[in-house]
Amino acid sequence: MRAVTDSATMLRRQVKHIWRYPTLILTFASVPVVFLLLFVYVFGGTMSAGIGADRAAYVGYLTPGIMITTIVGAAQGTAISVATDMTEGIIARFKTMAIARVSVLTGHVLGAMVQTFLAIAMVTVVALLIGFRPSASVPDWLGVVGVLAMFTFAITWLSVALAMVTKNVATAINLPMPLMLLPFLGSGFVPTESMPAGLRWFAEHQPATPVIETLRALLAGRPARSSFLEAAVWSAGIALVGYLWARRLYNR
Amino acid sequence: MRTFVSVTGMRKSYGAHRVLDGIDLTIPQGTVFSLLGPNGAGKTTTVQILSTLIKADAGEIRVAGYDLAREPGKVRAAIGVTGQFSAVDSFLTGEENLRLMADLLHLGRAKGRTRARELLERFDLTDAARNPAATYSGGMRRRLDLAMTLVGTPRLIFLDEPTTGLDPRSRRTMWQIVRNLVQQDGVTIFLTTQYLEEADELADRIALLSQGRLVAEGTPEELKRMVPGGHIVVRFADPDGYLRAASHLRATSRDEESLTVQIPDTGVSTLRKLLEWLDAQAIDVAELSVHTPDLDDVFLALTQEPSTKEPSR
Repeated sequence: MRAVTDSATMLRRQVKHIWRYPTLILTFASVPVVFLLLFVYVFGGTMSAGIGADRAAYVGYLTPGIMITTIVGAAQGTAISVATDMTEGIIARFKTMAIARVSVLTGHVLGAMVQTFLAIAMVTVVALLIGFRPSASVPDWLGVVGVLAMFTFAITWLSVALAMVTKNVATAINLPMPLMLLPFLGSGFVPTESMPAGLRWFAEHQPATPVIETLRALLAGRPARSSFLEAAVWSAGIALVGYLWARRLYNR
Repeated sequence: MRTFVSVTGMRKSYGAHRVLDGIDLTIPQGTVFSLLGPNGAGKTTTVQILSTLIKADAGEIRVAGYDLAREPGKVRAAIGVTGQFSAVDSFLTGEENLRLMADLLHLGRAKGRTRARELLERFDLTDAARNPAATYSGGMRRRLDLAMTLVGTPRLIFLDEPTTGLDPRSRRTMWQIVRNLVQQDGVTIFLTTQYLEEADELADRIALLSQGRLVAEGTPEELKRMVPGGHIVVRFADPDGYLRAASHLRATSRDEESLTVQIPDTGVSTLRKLLEWLDAQAIDVAELSVHTPDLDDVFLALTQEPSTKEPSR
């Protein structure tokens, strides 16, 4: 019970941080938006031919991958803010107080989810403006939000752990960087069938691909089938590893 | 007086480096205990262990009646820590910082708000209550820091170098705040400082830490009596007077360049005899000063590196 109320208090702390520096969300949204525009207008003509469709259809193909890019980009921002926070005296204060210890980290994760969702919303609005036409029903949209929440939760816990592996803020920025490649080395921008065998195997067996496939199906109003289960298993696994690792690093 | 903190045989090593090598301490409730020592002596490590941040390798430690190793949660509920690096959230306002503490202590909304307001008032932060702590001056940050520690009305407060980097006025304000805490609230204070003047001003008892061991412990007066540091310094107006006096007086040190001699003992009779003799000899004195031993003398005498330590007198 104490863990829940203390985590809620720490979430309020994070929300106040976000509220005081709202431009951070713009930063989180800007990179995916640039990617979106680049892939639609610069590469879009060629890429759409690859999936046998036009530029407008490619926006629909692309948007789930861009959403994942937003999540991993924001996770990098979270890593920076956690690493910076850990160098502050206030963390030592929290550790000497009779509170639920891990609530500091839970607050960071929940706060990061709020931030990430705001960024995803902005990116989605831009996608809609340039021709993204989802045909998802209300339950489909709920599924989209659920899958995004699961994956964000998982990646954020992982990046919180990565932020604490080193006490150095500069290193903490770089550790979650490889996550940025996941949507590229998956089905985010091109179909995995177009990749060479080894890469294709990786692309089809890494966590971002089932998440992207689920989003793509739901946004198009199709059933997500097995990719949904795969996405859920990956998310739960990453979240558990990230949580346990982060908790151990925090308590050392 | 009830014992509030008792430590026996506390040890801590990092690898082969022994930071604390068997510390014994007893702090009675409602007193100010000051731990002095040069940088790297183990002051901060001691505070970190006693405030549950890190674990000791060995030793029996009881804080507020609880065994530190077995019931750290109970200890945490009784203590407050104000560190040398401000433990405030710079992004939040002063009031929000205090409300954050109130929320974490489960005081409830109304009580939390009242407590925050009281503390802002008490620490003269009401005008800045709605500004982010990042905009505060050093003195304001320390006051907010201490105010945050007090939200939970702790019975033992660790002040780890609370005035390092503060200007003299802010330092005096902090001292007054600490005195009030002890006198009005009956709080026990564990103070570490590198300012001997600060320990002298505030502490009931002082312990000197050097290379992981306590080399002396007592009241400031007891410590000052431990070292012979009292002396009279006389500076003469001309070389003639200097030479005559230097050959007559039993000076412990003399300096021909500045025409000064240093005479041990600061007793009144010594001083009277000296003045009478100077008067009788009609020697011109440019300056005369009496030095009583201060904690600096104690500190320097007792905390020297072994290699440079003078043979004890």
